[in-house]
Amino acid sequence: MKIFKSISNAAIKKAEEQIFRVLMLLSSLLILFALILLIISVFVKGLPALSWEMISQVPKGGFYFGKEGGILNAILGSAYLSLGAVLLAFIISLPVALFINIHIVQRKRLVNFVRFLLDLLWGVPSIVYGAFAFSIMIYMGWKTSLIAGIFTVSLFIIPIMVRGMDEVLKTVPRGLLETSLSLGSTKSETAYFVFFRQCTPGIITAVLLSFGRAIGDVASILFTTGYTDHLPTSLTQPTATLPLAIFFQLTSPIKEVQERAYASALILTFIVLIVSILSRVFSVKFKKNKISE
Amino acid sequence: MKIYSISREWRNQLHGIWMVFSLVVIILSPVILFGGLIYKSYVLMADQSLIDLLFSTKWQPLKGQFGFLPFIIGSLWVTILAIIIAGPICLLTSIHLTQYAKNYVLKIMHPVIDILAGIPSVIYGVWGILIIVPFISDYLGPLLGKQSTGYSILAGGLVLSIMIIPFILNILIEIFKTIPKELSEASLSLGATKWQTVKLVIVKKALPGIISAIGLGISRAFGETIAVLMVVGNVVKIPAGIFQPGYPLPALIANNYGEMLSIPMYDSALMFAALLLFIVVIVFNYFSRMLIMRYENI
Repeated sequence: MKIFKSISNAAIKKAEEQIFRVLMLLSSLLILFALILLIISVFVKGLPALSWEMISQVPKGGFYFGKEGGILNAILGSAYLSLGAVLLAFIISLPVALFINIHIVQRKRLVNFVRFLLDLLWGVPSIVYGAFAFSIMIYMGWKTSLIAGIFTVSLFIIPIMVRGMDEVLKTVPRGLLETSLSLGSTKSETAYFVFFRQCTPGIITAVLLSFGRAIGDVASILFTTGYTDHLPTSLTQPTATLPLAIFFQLTSPIKEVQERAYASALILTFIVLIVSILSRVFSVKFKKNKISE
Repeated sequence: MKIYSISREWRNQLHGIWMVFSLVVIILSPVILFGGLIYKSYVLMADQSLIDLLFSTKWQPLKGQFGFLPFIIGSLWVTILAIIIAGPICLLTSIHLTQYAKNYVLKIMHPVIDILAGIPSVIYGVWGILIIVPFISDYLGPLLGKQSTGYSILAGGLVLSIMIIPFILNILIEIFKTIPKELSEASLSLGATKWQTVKLVIVKKALPGIISAIGLGISRAFGETIAVLMVVGNVVKIPAGIFQPGYPLPALIANNYGEMLSIPMYDSALMFAALLLFIVVIVFNYFSRMLIMRYENI
């Protein structure tokens, strides 16, 4: 009898493993399926409405009733906004990432504190940044403008960028730092000519990832950047952006306008996919260049 | 030669100053953010008691009544639903990818997770409107005998769960990678099966990390704005079920900021909502990161 019992026990255990393995496979497939479904539905809906006119023209009179025109203003606006924000964030992020990995690397507690703080900041929702920036703008009497959007978005992507750079700079062996310093170079020379050089592909990945975040975020620019049908010509003017264009057109009751929203969504998805692939290429390159201890 | 060396020193100094300045900017920014939010919402908090604000259901800005309960409940519903859906899927997938999967599966899944993580929230919103909302109103609702327009808590939760899956999954994979190989080797050599090892050794060892990954997922889900706003219905009422529309906190801020200047105290109320979001997110993040730190320090 005892033998029977142990056999059935073993069978149950085996069955349990089998069930869970099937569940694991299913959940992996589900994630794959979700992505495929997402991309297919955006392409199927967006492709018919997409035309050269959409990409190359600004909205003309009656655009929001389904007449001719395009969303060039939003595409360019988004490009200016995210490039500006990424540039601004880069100027702040790179020094900080280098600083905590070279200058204060020996003060473990301080470094850990900064990393912890950045991780906390990373979690703050972009709507909080947006609302905060908007109330400052009202307090100061500023109007919605491209520059306000750039400031808000850069504030929101700085933690992402610093942490991304930090993760790659962390992998540089200590020996390299010591060698460079012992040969007489200053700390800033070590930072920019050794660490930065060594990690360039990884740093590009971090920058591209934050670019992707910057171009896709709505909540932080909803009140700060505004919206206009004109091409952006100055930093102090309001600017149209791609995610907001999608959002506004989608809420329209007119069918043609809604279809344009799908086409705009396709354009945005396309840009983000390219950025995603590029960042992957650079991260593979970084792994090849990496020096291990 | 002399001049060159001076300029090198000087350059070093300059870089040092800029680095410290940037660091100070980063360290100060959360303090300023928090201070600013408190300062702005103080007008409202001085006028009404905190308990009234948090637990009253009366939302009539024109009469000066600001009860945040419907929005808090709406946020909780959507967040909890998203975690219930995403949590098990992420856990199973991360175990699959780190313990069982062959190399080619990893080669497919890593880019998939990266791309999912990179897709903007507004696209998820569009997708929700295209797929999830009609699915709920045309199939799932009638199937379960519920009337629904599709714009509901369930739609918000579903869209949100897809959005936070890559986020939680990445953390879980990192955590499972830190579990020493020797542990599972020891377990296997003592005669445990692969599954027993996974269940009783690896998952048990990773449990604090799993909890913190879920915690980070909750804080991410709690603050997500646009995608949820687009599918959740936005009706100021405490939802009675997942097929009912709801109105989460971030949607409240996003929908009403434009007209806040015309009604007294409205801006203060919206900043209070932002403050609530900020505090909840920071608290969840804080405890989750504390748990994760234990892994990184090993």
